[in-house]
Amino acid sequence: MAGGPGPARPMPLAEHLERHGGFLLQGFGGEGAPTMLIDAVERAGLTGHGGAGFPTARKMRAVAGRRRPVVVVNAAEGEPASHKDALLMRIRPHLVLDGAVLAADAVGAREVIVALHGGPSSAHAAVAERAAAGLDPVSIQVVQVPKEYVASEESALVRFLSGAPALPTFTPPRPYERGVNGRSTLVQNAETLAHLALIARHGDQWFRSVGTPEAPGSLLVTVGGAVQQPGVYELAFGTPLKTAFEAAGGFTEPVQAVLVGGYFGAWLPAETALGLPLTPADLKAAGAAIGAGVLLALPASACGLGESQRVATWLANQSAGQCGPCTLGLPAIAEDLAVLSRGGKTTNVRHRLDRRLSLVEGRGACHHPDGTARFVASALQTFAQDLARHQRGNPCPPTRHPVLPLPDDAGGS
Amino acid sequence: MSAHLRVNPIACQAHGICAELLPERIALDEWGYPVLDPRPVTSELMAYARRAVADCPTLALLITED
Repeated sequence: MAGGPGPARPMPLAEHLERHGGFLLQGFGGEGAPTMLIDAVERAGLTGHGGAGFPTARKMRAVAGRRRPVVVVNAAEGEPASHKDALLMRIRPHLVLDGAVLAADAVGAREVIVALHGGPSSAHAAVAERAAAGLDPVSIQVVQVPKEYVASEESALVRFLSGAPALPTFTPPRPYERGVNGRSTLVQNAETLAHLALIARHGDQWFRSVGTPEAPGSLLVTVGGAVQQPGVYELAFGTPLKTAFEAAGGFTEPVQAVLVGGYFGAWLPAETALGLPLTPADLKAAGAAIGAGVLLALPASACGLGESQRVATWLANQSAGQCGPCTLGLPAIAEDLAVLSRGGKTTNVRHRLDRRLSLVEGRGACHHPDGTARFVASALQTFAQDLARHQRGNPCPPTRHPVLPLPDDAGGS
Repeated sequence: MSAHLRVNPIACQAHGICAELLPERIALDEWGYPVLDPRPVTSELMAYARRAVADCPTLALLITED
């Protein structure tokens, strides 16, 4: 990010400013006043990198000029297969904080809250460094967020930052209407703010110099699974998925499928996935989405059904337990998938699972049931051949290590 | 302008009364939670819909006008 790769260590403030230069704050001048940064962000075509891909400028305009707004940096990556925001906060905290300060300034906020996992970190150090240098006209506070998958969902985060448990809420009101402690709140993913900081310095034309006209700019992708060098890579939008895996050193063994977008994403057969350009439109046409930028290569030796079942069970356990169709539906879906992946005569179970998958969609306060259903449905489709073999009594041979990562304290069955 | 049903899934406790009062638009899933028909609530159904909203013990059913 930002003019080629730099050192993979925390970049101190002085080095950061030397590399990127300072930035100008223009401030929110009030209703009808010019909103130069928001306009530039809009022309740049920046969209959110947290998963939903919402246009950043639209979110900013919804908050701009409201009474005492708050900016929240969402660096609380809940997705176990994604590491990009954690990496960014570790090695380029100042770029994210620049973005947060610029966004706060542009919408008229005096307060920034950085939400992340874990204790003292280079992000904390970076905030202290800026405070000591008297760099920012806004206050920046770092808050540690619970590890649960749904805790980093926007409404859950806002609720947690208002002193309540980190559970999703029924919307409306949305955070821009009533957010942290009732104040209008702009929640932006950490990577999104890093891009914003670069747009503020170099302009929207510079931002558009990579990527495609419809999907401008670059994105951080966490590449994992059967690759030589799993890790976080920055790629231009429009890059073929194949190139992303090449960036990670190529495959370690033949690959049968790719999980695109993470655990709320979709499985695609390798031959379909590898030729696809990394843009929202191309992935959507193939039945997938970029989500939080996860690409996982499933080796031919692994069982996609077993892997998916393990993750589905984990996702079911990650339900906040607030909405019936999610609390009851996801464990039922995970169990159906477990029965199917064990094999045997399971036609009824298959029908029941198909019905349940369509039944839970859109019926939670957040998108947890939708994402889980999408993931499971894509597994049934992509691994249809395995499914048929399992049902004929030919299960996949057990693999020693699961490919899809889950937090250490979770397992599934 | 048309009226649609919406349920607050956090508030809903699967009493199922809404489905009894408005079967034209509300069915129950296998766990007893309402599945809403996305079609608008017509003026003929409105009185029944309002009754279902009012009688929900957890006030989880809403009519939205858009």
